[in-house]
Amino acid sequence: MSAAEAVRFRLNGQPVSAPCEASRILLDLLREDLHLTGTKRGCDLGTCGCCTVLIDGRPTLSCLTLARLADGREVTTIEGATPRQGLSRLQRAFVEHGATQCGFCTPGFVLTATALLAERPHPTRDEIERAISGNLCRCTGYLKIVEAIEAAARGGD
Amino acid sequence: MASPTAGPYRLLGARVPYVEGPLKVTGRAEYTDDLRRPGQLVGRLLRSPWPHARLVSIDVAAARAIPGVHAVLTGEKYPIPFGVLPITHDETAIAVERSRYIGDIIAAVAADDERTAEAALAAVRCEVEPLPEYADPQTGLARVAAPIHARGLNGSNIQKEVVQHFGDVDAALATAAKTVRVRGTFAGVTHAFTEPLATIAEATPDGRLTVWSATQVPHYLHRALSEVLGIPMHRIRVIKPEVGGGFGGKSDPLPHEIVCAALAIETGRPVKILVDREDVFYTNHGRHPTQNDVRIATDADGRILAYDIDAVIDGGAWSSFGTVTTYYNGVLSMGPYRVPNFRYRGRRVYTTKPPSGAMRAHGGTNIRYSVEVALDRLAEELGLDPFELRARNALPPNSTTVNDFEITSTSFLKCLAAARERSGWDRKFRRLPYGRGVGLGCGFYISGSNSPIHFTPKMPQSTVHLKVDMDGGIAVHSMQADIGQGSNTLLAMIVAEVLGVALDRVHVQRVDSDVSPIDLGSYSSRVTFMMGNAARSAALDLRAQVVRGAAELLGAPPEQLEVVFERIQRKDDPHRGVPFLDALHRAMEGTGALTATGSYQTRPKGGSFKGARAGTAPAYSFAAYVAEVTVDAETGEYAVDKIWAAFDCGRPLNRLAVEGQIEGSIHMGLGQLMGETMSYRGSRLLNPSLLEYKIPAPQQMPEVEVLLVGDDDPEGPFGAKEAGEGPLVATLPAVANALYDAIGCRFTELPITPDRVVRALDLRGKEGRPWKGA
Repeated sequence: MSAAEAVRFRLNGQPVSAPCEASRILLDLLREDLHLTGTKRGCDLGTCGCCTVLIDGRPTLSCLTLARLADGREVTTIEGATPRQGLSRLQRAFVEHGATQCGFCTPGFVLTATALLAERPHPTRDEIERAISGNLCRCTGYLKIVEAIEAAARGGD
Repeated sequence: MASPTAGPYRLLGARVPYVEGPLKVTGRAEYTDDLRRPGQLVGRLLRSPWPHARLVSIDVAAARAIPGVHAVLTGEKYPIPFGVLPITHDETAIAVERSRYIGDIIAAVAADDERTAEAALAAVRCEVEPLPEYADPQTGLARVAAPIHARGLNGSNIQKEVVQHFGDVDAALATAAKTVRVRGTFAGVTHAFTEPLATIAEATPDGRLTVWSATQVPHYLHRALSEVLGIPMHRIRVIKPEVGGGFGGKSDPLPHEIVCAALAIETGRPVKILVDREDVFYTNHGRHPTQNDVRIATDADGRILAYDIDAVIDGGAWSSFGTVTTYYNGVLSMGPYRVPNFRYRGRRVYTTKPPSGAMRAHGGTNIRYSVEVALDRLAEELGLDPFELRARNALPPNSTTVNDFEITSTSFLKCLAAARERSGWDRKFRRLPYGRGVGLGCGFYISGSNSPIHFTPKMPQSTVHLKVDMDGGIAVHSMQADIGQGSNTLLAMIVAEVLGVALDRVHVQRVDSDVSPIDLGSYSSRVTFMMGNAARSAALDLRAQVVRGAAELLGAPPEQLEVVFERIQRKDDPHRGVPFLDALHRAMEGTGALTATGSYQTRPKGGSFKGARAGTAPAYSFAAYVAEVTVDAETGEYAVDKIWAAFDCGRPLNRLAVEGQIEGSIHMGLGQLMGETMSYRGSRLLNPSLLEYKIPAPQQMPEVEVLLVGDDDPEGPFGAKEAGEGPLVATLPAVANALYDAIGCRFTELPITPDRVVRALDLRGKEGRPWKGA
């Protein structure tokens, strides 16, 4: 691909085609070019998980991913993981269990947990803790996040 | 969504999910970096690579000449010093003549895009003359060759020295049955909030400046912008978008905020500055690296006779909150105990390192650790149970400390009883097998600083405005700053509770200095107490107006009416009533929208000696935590299995939020205890990333049992006190004392890493001190 060639992928169920330099980072493409600001920039180094998106259903750190690697694939951001009206069961559980405080890490946690529950509908506590260990939260101490994911797996409270 | 309450209120006391939760779980909450202004430029900061240097010359001509560069600023343009405390203005927006730490801002650019901005920074040429590096605060205690600031005490790097003596400590020590001494060493730690620092500024042709910033204290930022830029406050508008955590790290007005505004003025264009994660670490303002030396003396029955404390506190390059920190390291050591004789010397020393400042449980954490470890030793040496020793020394309600703190409500004894019973202490203490143990740590914290930081003390600490129009939606304005702790939710709950209306009628508005009345923001655990009282007062005013409308409709005097859910009715005949909306519409006849104001002002407190106001508060929180640990004596690794957290926050108003504060505080306290370290070689920070500065993982969190046992505080709103910072302090000593119970080793240097545990076990082996059969 040449410098200004477009990257083409499915984003939240819709085809997109965006001009994209070879060095463009997926997080920048999403936030700066496509104005999808639900994906958060916490460190630019892959250390915090705030920029997590799903690529073909797998949690991926968009700050460490070249946008062109998404070519031909399915990218889901928090905007795509949200129903048109209301909240998903997982999102509702996060709200009801107080799993958000400042909320900056929350979209990343919701996407990580979405992928976990798709693969393991009834995860153990240990599996939940391992799944979220790449997402940092400084507010909650993680306890209410784990509770929310457990509740969503049970079918919501 | 709210669960039913056990108490007398409909909403208050329940578990109420945060009102902005749905926006946060969908990515729709707007943080500063999510905002974008038309024509916005990228602002970038050039940071000093020198620990301490005289700036001989800075040549920015080449940088300015790059196409796409709109402004390059150096320090001399805005040299007016600022700082969060009016008495210690020693920061500048950009370094003037001298750079004081690696990370100090020495130039700033605004450009069309990031690459151009980076190219401009690379084109700046600096000529400097190195000055001596002062990394260790001990070297700054005496006169030095090149003091970091001219205001250092007698040519030293001492920024603040506090000397206090109440009673007669020497006489008490002479008669004491038992004295123990703990010398604690504490590495610096930092907030590690997830949202990096970010600011947008825009100067418009009408002569106004608007600043959006990730700040905990919009009002102090407002003041600092005005002072440094020379623009009257009424021409500056400060907006606080959603803030992704603060923990004290967004409470100072920070240099990048002022630089961003300066660049916007220079260019006439909106400018955004994102401080990248590495530079967030250099901006720091985290907990001070500290050495303290604590002696506690008791009589033969374990009654405390005296504290004798010395602390040396590493302030880094600026003052920040440091004068307060220096007082707090002494005065916050006493409660929850009666201490009849008290002597303290604290010295905060400038160093050529990133500035230290306020971090959750500011000034109370490190000294609390040493005190509680000392009390654990005293209990052992006196043959007393640690709970018994604490109980014998508990301050009673409505008492005064030796330094004139008024203790009004305290449920500390109830905290002790709950933690002891629920943890099974009597079955476990010194009875668990080798490698397992339980420990007790207690705490005490201010529920809001009684004195505002600024010098207009006759203004209330908090003001809340309400407006309701015919739609029946209640708009709430206040400059209180929700940074994730749930203060917007509590504000809405209080208004809805008092008015008797559904929670979804109440809309807390974004903080905007043009329309939000002043509240001093999120620091010193002041919001629930102060904003809560202001909100209650405003809501009572509005309720009276609506009740007058109902009185007219019902033909009964207001005092014969009562407010129930969405309805106002006669007390003597509840069938005769009107819906809230009908009463509201009647009350609006001839006046239009109803408005109400409420405020809260602290009463003067404290003695008349120098520094008497430091640590005074309208109320105090209390804590007693038991931690249970398991230690692997081979590797030195340990797990905190469970913490029983008994806490007195008065009446908990939102149990979900109080639990969240306690669990988050425990996580942060465990981070400092188990591993977090701002690691330095000389003045150079070695780990400015979240990979190398590791906060505890989910697997390291213990089970937490929250025990809320407080009685109503007489002055707190609906009886409430703080729960934001006090829950942190008891965590660290509870775990350290549990480690002692498990393996017989004391730790006086934090963090307690596995290698330190192994070394301590080796030492115990060499000393030939067996412990629980090992």
